[in-house]
Amino acid sequence: MKMYIAQTEKSAKNIVVDDMILTTDMPTSAGSKMLDGYISLFQAEAATKLTDAGYKVYAKANTGEFNLDLMGETSYYGAVETDGVLTTAAAKAIKDGEAMAAVTLEVNGSSARGAALAGLTYVKPTYGTVSRFGTIPAVCSGETVCVTAADAATAKEVLWAVKGHDDKDGTSLPQEKCVFDEVKEIKKVAVAKSLMTGDVTKVEEMKAKLSAQGVEVVEISAEELLLAKSAWNILMSAEVCNNVSKYDGVKYGYRTPNYTDLDSLYTNSRTEAFGYLTKSVILFGSETLSEANYYKVYDKAQRIRRVISEAIAKVFGEFDAILAPVSSKSAYTASEAVANPYMAYEESLYIAPAMITGLPVVVTDGVQLIGPAFSESSLLALAEKI
Amino acid sequence: MKYETVIGLEVHVELATKSKIFCSCSAEFGGEQNDHVCPACAGMPGMLPIVNKKVVDLGMTAGMMLNCDINRVTTFDKKSYYYPDLPNAYQTTQWFSPICVNGRVDIETSNGPKSIRIKQIHMEEDAGKLVHDDWSDTTLVDFNRTSVPLIEIVSQPDISSAEEAIAYLERLRDLLRFAKVSDCRWEQGSMRCDVNLSIRPEGSDVLGVRTEMKNMNSLSAITRAIKYEVARHTRALETGSEELVQETRRWDDNEGKSYAMRNKETAGDYRYFPDPNVMPVVIDDEWFDRIEKSLPELPEVKRAKYIDELGLSEYDADILADSRALCDVFDAAYAVCGNAKETANWIITECMQVLNKKKMTADMLAINGTSLGQLIKLVMEDKVSRPNAKRILASLFDKDIADVEEFAKQSGFIVSNDTSFIENIVKEVIAGDPKSVADFKGGKEKALMALFGKCMKQLKGNANPQVLREILIAEINKI
Repeated sequence: MKMYIAQTEKSAKNIVVDDMILTTDMPTSAGSKMLDGYISLFQAEAATKLTDAGYKVYAKANTGEFNLDLMGETSYYGAVETDGVLTTAAAKAIKDGEAMAAVTLEVNGSSARGAALAGLTYVKPTYGTVSRFGTIPAVCSGETVCVTAADAATAKEVLWAVKGHDDKDGTSLPQEKCVFDEVKEIKKVAVAKSLMTGDVTKVEEMKAKLSAQGVEVVEISAEELLLAKSAWNILMSAEVCNNVSKYDGVKYGYRTPNYTDLDSLYTNSRTEAFGYLTKSVILFGSETLSEANYYKVYDKAQRIRRVISEAIAKVFGEFDAILAPVSSKSAYTASEAVANPYMAYEESLYIAPAMITGLPVVVTDGVQLIGPAFSESSLLALAEKI
Repeated sequence: MKYETVIGLEVHVELATKSKIFCSCSAEFGGEQNDHVCPACAGMPGMLPIVNKKVVDLGMTAGMMLNCDINRVTTFDKKSYYYPDLPNAYQTTQWFSPICVNGRVDIETSNGPKSIRIKQIHMEEDAGKLVHDDWSDTTLVDFNRTSVPLIEIVSQPDISSAEEAIAYLERLRDLLRFAKVSDCRWEQGSMRCDVNLSIRPEGSDVLGVRTEMKNMNSLSAITRAIKYEVARHTRALETGSEELVQETRRWDDNEGKSYAMRNKETAGDYRYFPDPNVMPVVIDDEWFDRIEKSLPELPEVKRAKYIDELGLSEYDADILADSRALCDVFDAAYAVCGNAKETANWIITECMQVLNKKKMTADMLAINGTSLGQLIKLVMEDKVSRPNAKRILASLFDKDIADVEEFAKQSGFIVSNDTSFIENIVKEVIAGDPKSVADFKGGKEKALMALFGKCMKQLKGNANPQVLREILIAEINKI
């Protein structure tokens, strides 16, 4: 594990940001050899807002390469394990009492899984309510700056510090949309049967807790949610393929010593610097965007995105939130994750519905609650209560 | 067999915006290498594109000038390819929903009038420039042009000769310059053209094998290239001298030949997809109307108006209507002084003289037309002499002068109506030059001119020549 520490002074206001959030006083590498030691000329809006609000961005937590993996196992700097179990560096910093919260770029579910498996509280706000300015781009249509903390109150406090409109981000929502203080009581929660695969113990526990609180819990089929995984993986791969193409060994980042011409400069720099998962995503993404496949694959995935949004909107006509697992298992080892590159694709089953629609998610007690847009306050209030 | 030529042109025009398309860097031509660069246009991770609204304004203006339909919802897409002058390894362009479609440009050639249909106009960003340093044998990249806004105007294959191609390009250039969309300078690369060409038996409706010549940058080169390609295609079809293949060719204007480019340089799957970081641009009625209202009259409409309504000569009207800048200054000045002929003279003779001295072109005339009108009025009312008016004109080039009469007063350029003041000066001059007085009295007319000149100099030009002459003769006669 490698974590950059900006300053050693201990502070109750210490926040760790991940390796996708640009800072000017620490390198930002996206967990990749390609950007090893890269120091940005400007910092992320989220980091600026944290500093302005009196927090200290004290360290940079390791991530998987471009945050695409399960929980950091593809990082150039190595995976993080606690007692033989895979965890994220951000979650570990909170568990160890180093940081009061982590502000990370949720790209493909690793932050949510890291929080869920470490028993922390996590909030991924509605897409467009936290600026993505200064985050290393991977899946721009879905990735969101999120907050992890030991409890819901802290997560809320830090999210409130980073959210808000930003003119430097064209997808940033108007300021009035970024104010979502109203708390509506969550009375009816749907459990999507289609997502109830793998280890569902934590969900069953949550169902019992909710019922005890007088919340009505109803199982629904919502089969459209199953489509999210494939559609998300297509869109994710396409956008990542395009976004990482700028790392070509010409301007900054890793450049191979082994080249004779432009083609070998490109090919060898990228071959030597990207890890296996990034390479597989590049190949898959390149294929989905090819002239032959664009309408058959990419465009169809975008249509499915709308189908899923509409299906979920229908669920929210009747329910206040959707309860679902975050992962198929309650623990992973780094070696099994590294051995099975498909795991990152497979495990996105659970987080894909919220990633593809940009809806808010709160992770608490090892499960996720997906809410309608701007329902963060209500979800966090429920998490605090149970 | 007789063949006919089928040509479609793709014209790139750099837009006349102050800043780049997605960042606030200067879009000005020139500057030291990598002077106009920021993390966004240098392709550093974390910067997000913010659309420059002025680019959309000019895209719409171009479309309206070329009779296009404007797409009220227009989107930006990413076109991926690797080249060191493209820092993001993708170019942001418009593939799925370009801003303008279905336009028309009317041209006139020796075969009469013809309409060339426009397929679409799309907005996109320019790439940078590679500079090879022979001394160190390295290639360096200059990102100054990266992300400078462009429009690409794609014609239908309606052009059938080099003459038509040139007529089309000249008309396009006139319209876009007139609407201030671009300065359209071939020599600076702000106007460039790709030529798609094929030939087919006359009357056939099947298109032949097409070749493309990219980045042509002068009308004469385009003429030569088209003639060369037509001859090459014809020879290939008639004699089987070579097999025509669909390819991109490079035109070498020095050698007067086209060469096939390596397939690798041209074959490409650009993997277009919508840019998720740029929200669709929605053009509402207010925006649309504002641009529509800002459109200039067409140059030929202006020309006709100058001749028919204002009585200018065809010569003057031609010069004025060739440049929007001249028209703007003329219209504003005429509105103030009400004398079209005088205004035209001041612009065509005096203003152009100043521009020439400054090595500037007519399009660069940037003086305040209203001020020029005031100045002309002062001359017409004999309040300022012509030589002094020219001095004031020079000042108009340097600064904006809202009240020219006040400026003339302060600068001592107002013609004196005080005859006793003029008489005193005349007396002084006569007293100081008895020889000239004697010469004039002896019949030498020229001697009067010398005395007149001396008086005018003493008066700093601020006298009505007629009045001065009369006083001068009267004073000499008194001796």
